[in-house]
Amino acid sequence: MASEKSSRLRASRQKLDVLLKDYYAGLDAAGKDPARKVAWCTSAGPVELLEAMGFHLYFPENHGALLGARRLATGFIGQANAKGYSPDICSYLTADIGAHLRGESPLKDAYGIDAPPKPDVLVYNTSQCREVQDWFSFYGREFGVPVLGIHSPWKAGTVGPESIADVAQQLERMAVTLAPIAGAPLNRARLAEVVKLSSQASAHWKRFLETGRARPSPITFFDATIHMAPIVVMRGKEATRDYYRGLVEEAEALVRDGIAAVEGERLRFYWDGMPNWGKLRFFSDLFTRLKICAVASTYCLSWVFDELDCRRPFESMAEANLKVFINRSEDYKESYLVDAVKAYSIDAILFHEAKTCPYNTNSRFGLPQRLLEGHGVASTTLYGDLCDLRCFSEDQTETTVEALAEQLAARAPRG
Amino acid sequence: MASMRFTGVDIGSSFTKAVVIDSEAMILATHVLKTGMDFESASRRALEETAAKGTPSSWVVATGVGRSRCLQKPPTKTEISCIARGSYHHLPRPHVVVDIGGQDNKVVRVDEGGCQLDFKMNRKCAAGTGAFLEEIARRLDVAPEAISAMARRAGKAVEIGSYCTVFTCTEIIHHIREGASPEGILRGCYESVVKRILEMDPLDGEVALSGGVIATHPVIADILAEKLGRAPFVAPQAQFVGALGAALMSRQSHATNAA
Repeated sequence: MASEKSSRLRASRQKLDVLLKDYYAGLDAAGKDPARKVAWCTSAGPVELLEAMGFHLYFPENHGALLGARRLATGFIGQANAKGYSPDICSYLTADIGAHLRGESPLKDAYGIDAPPKPDVLVYNTSQCREVQDWFSFYGREFGVPVLGIHSPWKAGTVGPESIADVAQQLERMAVTLAPIAGAPLNRARLAEVVKLSSQASAHWKRFLETGRARPSPITFFDATIHMAPIVVMRGKEATRDYYRGLVEEAEALVRDGIAAVEGERLRFYWDGMPNWGKLRFFSDLFTRLKICAVASTYCLSWVFDELDCRRPFESMAEANLKVFINRSEDYKESYLVDAVKAYSIDAILFHEAKTCPYNTNSRFGLPQRLLEGHGVASTTLYGDLCDLRCFSEDQTETTVEALAEQLAARAPRG
Repeated sequence: MASMRFTGVDIGSSFTKAVVIDSEAMILATHVLKTGMDFESASRRALEETAAKGTPSSWVVATGVGRSRCLQKPPTKTEISCIARGSYHHLPRPHVVVDIGGQDNKVVRVDEGGCQLDFKMNRKCAAGTGAFLEEIARRLDVAPEAISAMARRAGKAVEIGSYCTVFTCTEIIHHIREGASPEGILRGCYESVVKRILEMDPLDGEVALSGGVIATHPVIADILAEKLGRAPFVAPQAQFVGALGAALMSRQSHATNAA
């Protein structure tokens, strides 16, 4: 989803460019063909259900990230503010709506299509955040199309059978509602096949991310933000599964050859929270200068769906969506991060406190303090935003990251 | 190392400070000047001024927001590490350093050996920093160096409820209209500075204050003592603590290289 170039993983990068161009070309064609149906969907899904019913899927969040990565978002946010959408709410939402109101999109420059395809239906899932409902409702009014939602139980420690049954039933009912829009009822065998393909792609994605456990790590968080696009927007497709199979092979070869993503890797950081899309290059350069490798992130790991199971598609889709990190309790998050610190040999966590994304900001309820006091995990909080660059200070951030690196270096045993 | 000289230059957002020490960490010379718009020029002038005081030094470490723009391109350290180092020099036991600067507030914890344990910085907004106090002085049409003494004379502080410098100025207009005294308003503004710091960290244990703001506005130490129920340690030459820390790091680095 990011636009930075990586000198490693070049073969996959080339395949990715083709894959995404084909995806957007397909979407554009579908949007212009009344016989084909377009669904706008949230990244938490229900991707597999819509894919199985033959919809062409478009993701406004991906558009928001693209606006952020190309540093266009801040210029569009004001347009949405003027329409009553506050600068304090999700900047994916305000940037995306602002771009729509101005009739502009970076899709032309990035993928050669003029604009997002017009939707036939909008489908959201609140397991990732509550604001997607209002975001999609705006477009429901704008295009005069139905808005359907999965309303997920929120902030669970343990995801129990009642919650899974609740969401699975919502998905079953949604399939019935979607049938007249799709033009055909759900084919359950096709759903099982799509879930299987998603599960396989997810397993490859996980294995790719786990190459970050190697010392030195052959990949960075920034690589992962580039290669994550298909697992977000193209799940349930053979091409996606095959793409990730190739990516894993390329990354594992780097491990075997001892290739470091950051030359002279000195410190290993974990990124928590949203990416700051417009500042990925800044962070990448800063980390490289300080010989820090951001080897893993909650964000990219959130698209690992171990739960998906083609033998019980509805329940497993429900379980996968409910168990996403963003939807879990503080205790669960603490335990998850402690495990990640061990698994990836992390020296410190960087908590990105995104001004407009309280849902995916994990430093606001004392978690950094509990990790330090209870587990000795060092961290610092970086203030910024996913898209709104006005919330970010390069100087302060550089000093904060550098001071943490100095603190850790001073404590390191001298050999 | 007997005749060696070590310099720390702290290129801050408002002021640039330089400190020269000898091999025993005795301070030989200091200099402070306004940073202005040119970090390179400010660092050059600060180093020239200390050299002119008879203490030239070829061992320099730069710190502060402009550290990477120091003309001589010496080794750099962040102001956070330098504040911790400089503060520990004055107070060699575990403590929490609160450094109030022109644009940033920092809270740094150091352990019994002077090792930095962790730190916090304020958010992007400069509310509660030196820039905030300068703006308040301008709004009240009082010289910035006079407002601390005025606040000390206040009978009662006016409650200032805003987070933000701009909103605080609006709030001040309201208080002026209501007939509040400038002294009371200023005391309220200083209390809001201390509140912002206490919102950053609970400040458990011994507290040391450093930075240019505490040097010019000693009333902050009075108010912090009231709030904490114990007096904070105020570093001597508080404005130079970061530069001193940089000089000490220069000295340490030279000793390590020589060993």
